Amino acid sequence: MTIEVRFKARRGEFDLDIDLQLPARGFTSLFGPSGCGKTTILRAIAGLDRHPGAVIRVGEMIWQQDRFFLPTHRRSLGYVFQESSLFDHLNIRRNLEYGIKRVARENRHIALDSAIELLEIGELLQRMPATLSGGERQRVAIARALALSPQLLLMDEPLAAVDIDRKQEIIPYIESLHRELKIPVIHVSHLPEEVARLADHLVLLDSGRVKAAGDVHDMFTRLDLALAQGTEASAIIEAVVAAHDHAYQLTLMDFGGGQIAIAGTDLPVGTPARLRLAARDVSLTLEHQTGTSILNIFPAVVDDISPAGAAQVTVRLMTSQVPLIASITRKSADDLKLAPGKQVFAQIKSIALLP
Amino acid sequence: MLNEADITALFITLRLAFISTLVLLVLGMPLAWWLARTQWKLKFIPEAIVALPLVLPPTVLGFYLLLALGPNGPVGGLMEAAGGRPLAFTFTGLVIGSIIYSMPFVVQPLQDAFSAIGKRPMEVAATLRASPIDRFFTVAVPLARPGFFTAAVLGFAHTIGEFGVVLMIGGNIPGQTRVASIAIYDHVEGLEYAHAHWLSATLLVLSFLLLIAVYGLNRRFRLVRQ
Repeated sequence: MTIEVRFKARRGEFDLDIDLQLPARGFTSLFGPSGCGKTTILRAIAGLDRHPGAVIRVGEMIWQQDRFFLPTHRRSLGYVFQESSLFDHLNIRRNLEYGIKRVARENRHIALDSAIELLEIGELLQRMPATLSGGERQRVAIARALALSPQLLLMDEPLAAVDIDRKQEIIPYIESLHRELKIPVIHVSHLPEEVARLADHLVLLDSGRVKAAGDVHDMFTRLDLALAQGTEASAIIEAVVAAHDHAYQLTLMDFGGGQIAIAGTDLPVGTPARLRLAARDVSLTLEHQTGTSILNIFPAVVDDISPAGAAQVTVRLMTSQVPLIASITRKSADDLKLAPGKQVFAQIKSIALLP
Repeated sequence: MLNEADITALFITLRLAFISTLVLLVLGMPLAWWLARTQWKLKFIPEAIVALPLVLPPTVLGFYLLLALGPNGPVGGLMEAAGGRPLAFTFTGLVIGSIIYSMPFVVQPLQDAFSAIGKRPMEVAATLRASPIDRFFTVAVPLARPGFFTAAVLGFAHTIGEFGVVLMIGGNIPGQTRVASIAIYDHVEGLEYAHAHWLSATLLVLSFLLLIAVYGLNRRFRLVRQ
């Protein structure tokens, strides 16, 4: 099952030429700077803009091809807009019911009540949209889109109009969407934190072109891409809470490359979580160090090396199947005679649990 | 005091204003929507035609309508051929004249209200499975409600005040086409100032009360929307 998106469009400063095959499951992020065409892609998928010659297919469903164009209201999708999109003349309950009333009974797989529960908006039902905070409005908008039981959920920077504090409040809701409901999501963002937290599949866009697309863990550690080059460059790791060390206030987490210790959390054992390892917090040694303050040391194999400025290099490592990146000086790389295939040990100084 | 003929004239005026406003809202709604939405390069032409009664002397409009609606005119002739009678000097003729004359007062506020909504609410409704007609009535019309009030008040008030067009195409037939504004003119011509006073004062108070009521309602509706 794939989602196929193919179209060309003229934009003010550049031409869009998009040819994408996306997995029809999981969370896909379209990522790139403002104005690179992300929203245009989402609008084309939704049929809000009609580009002649476009091909839009979602699994078995054809939404646009040749002369056929299925109008937006007949596409089984949910769309969460960037800014508040609630109808001002309807209270929250009637906003939520607006879409679901128009879906045939046999196609309603998600009960409105469970969407209300998932987004925790039960308290708001009688209120008018104008009396809600930005975060509350986006939660209602997400619940309203979900309640349609769509085959595809499109989200256009759903957190852009929300205060930074509130963002942390909404992200867990969005995350629970695809964990609990298994609806494929295509999401647009220009924030690496948001993508690092949510995406399974990542599409990098620049000036109307797809620069790269693939699994999010690979994309964050691919040395030929911009994500692995900035000072914030990091690897993303899937891990599961394995145990708590109460005496030292540490949480032990299993990941593909071993067990990693992070600052103590209260997450129950068995909880999956994402970790972010900044390249600048990873150093390399040739032997397993003892007598060091660093807790997390893993054997790894050098996979690729790429210069990053005059003095630094970025090294891509594989710990079993899990890619990491390390930012070290060019001198160190030469002293250690690093080259692809060389066995090393990665010492990880600090790890962030993605909230 | 108001005599019986004056009261009849008042009722004809109100009836004319009511019917014209109703027809104008029904016809003006799709027209205003189209004007608010179309990307057509020549859209200024229909806009100018709608606005024409704003600048045209009512007698000019009335004169052309008289020609069109009379027995030798295209519309009147057609009516006659179909077995009816020409529309000049009838109440229906007055309604047609009023609709054309008051058109800009209804279409322009509606067009402004529809434009103010923007494209977004309609796109949102489309992603919530509402067909174009469905979303027009469930989203665009409710959101444009203040515009409908303004349009109805202006259309109604303007039809009440109409004089020139009515005189040209309606004549002055008591009980059929004699409206209050013409009755006042007749009273003044006949130096019946007391009658003119009564009728004028009635229209003044009526119009004022109408505006008070509708503006009051409109403000309340706005408060609900905010």
